[in-house]
Amino acid sequence: MSVPRMTRRRFLRRAALPTIAASLGLGEPRLSAAAAAVASITVLPAQGPGAIPVALTVNGRVYELRIEPRVTLLDTLRERLALTGTKKGCDQGTCGACTVLVDGRRTNACLTLAVMVQGKAVTTIEGLADGNRLHPMQAAFIEHDGFQCGYCTPGQILSAVALLSEKRPTDEASVREWMSGNICRCGAYPNIVAAVRSVAGQNA
Amino acid sequence: MNAFRYAQAHDAASALATMASDPGAAYIAGGTNVVDLMKDDVVRPTLLVDITRLPMRGIDTLPDGGVRLGALATMSEVADHAAVAARFPAVAQSLLLSASPQLRNMATIGGNVMQRTRCAYFRDVSQACNKRVPGSGCAAISGVNRQHAVVGGSKQCICTHPSDLAVALLSADAIVHVRGRSGDRAIPIDRFHVLPGTTPQRETVLERGDLITAVELPATASARTSFYLKVRDRASYEFALVSVAASLDVRAGTVRAARLALGGVAPIPWRSHDGERALVGKPANAGTFAAAAQAATRGMRGYGQNDFKIALAQRAIVRALSQVGAPS
Repeated sequence: MSVPRMTRRRFLRRAALPTIAASLGLGEPRLSAAAAAVASITVLPAQGPGAIPVALTVNGRVYELRIEPRVTLLDTLRERLALTGTKKGCDQGTCGACTVLVDGRRTNACLTLAVMVQGKAVTTIEGLADGNRLHPMQAAFIEHDGFQCGYCTPGQILSAVALLSEKRPTDEASVREWMSGNICRCGAYPNIVAAVRSVAGQNA
Repeated sequence: MNAFRYAQAHDAASALATMASDPGAAYIAGGTNVVDLMKDDVVRPTLLVDITRLPMRGIDTLPDGGVRLGALATMSEVADHAAVAARFPAVAQSLLLSASPQLRNMATIGGNVMQRTRCAYFRDVSQACNKRVPGSGCAAISGVNRQHAVVGGSKQCICTHPSDLAVALLSADAIVHVRGRSGDRAIPIDRFHVLPGTTPQRETVLERGDLITAVELPATASARTSFYLKVRDRASYEFALVSVAASLDVRAGTVRAARLALGGVAPIPWRSHDGERALVGKPANAGTFAAAAQAATRGMRGYGQNDFKIALAQRAIVRALSQVGAPS
């Protein structure tokens, strides 16, 4: 019952905010050098809440977009860049389906604002293969049948790639612990662990 | 999520000034807590001040044996730092037992000690919560309170503080360095968080707009012999039901100094002075540890579903102390 009420309230606030911001002259991103020097000890220039220019580097390609500051990296990848390999599971940082690499570090894209990853290199599942040649971790997940429905798989694979680049221990218990940020509802864990360990050179 | 303006800070002074310019402004660093709460409409900042470009990410070893953690150092970076693991084992352990590898890559040290409770009523805007809406009541006291506090709560709030790190910081006598509009100050971690009392919306001694710049781990007699024990509903990636950070300085079989802190039992990371007093000057043995567990849990009271936490805390205290105080 509370859902429609909240939605309406949210809608009204969304509708009102740009008007308020515009009337106050906010959202101007550029300043002259002199003004910037003054601003360094005063108030920072702010952008938004409407769409603002955001440049993202994803899988080596630069995308120039206009998005609102509140848009997550996950929604940007899926809805704006059509990179739907990154999955939305819980959308609250508890399942890991949205795992991507940001400057090589595994990251929950659902809790990342796209505007904050400008200047960083984002790698998604689409950027892992070398042309038609699968990344060894992708091949290992196929080889070891490391999935059933496949929904968590892109996140699992990126997390596993990061686990190895972080040089974590690869005994079975350690792989389970260091993969614990990726939940699999099908329960394919034994095969996921086997896949990760095989790439680490430790065939299960 | 509400719409908001966004500003990127490159120096602390302008970040502070920007915070002061808008009563609805909030800082964002790792974002793992604030973005989540914004999605649920629990918090609705009008302006986010991105502090991730400020030069506060370094981890510096101090010549006296301490370590200074920049506020923007991530949980992963601190957990992986050799000097932290060697000099402050409980701190490194608490981080590795927190969240997931992904979240630890994102979340910062400053943000960690500022994180909000995981109380389901706080996070559901259709429920009564004095912390979220002062005066609206506390749905947890007569509700589903298995996760809730057994000490330190009030008629207004019985939430628990979710940070593992902050519990370990209590065992290390950590100091939170803060920059405010009137200058810098250093706040001992055991005076940083405040009990809910009649104002559960106030969680720390920070003034609005204050910026945590670093968390200092000073060299102490007992920090090197410290241990963090976390008890939870599943083996990994879960908040604590009860946790214990213990550090002991034992010489010739006698406890010379002790720090004993608990997580998952109170609205703040809970330092047990009573437990510490029951340890200092006593032989480091099972009898002393059991007495300390009794002293540390005296006066604890459950709300029905969380009664088990008291016995669980006692056993966890004994186990943590036995781990760290075992005769070598």
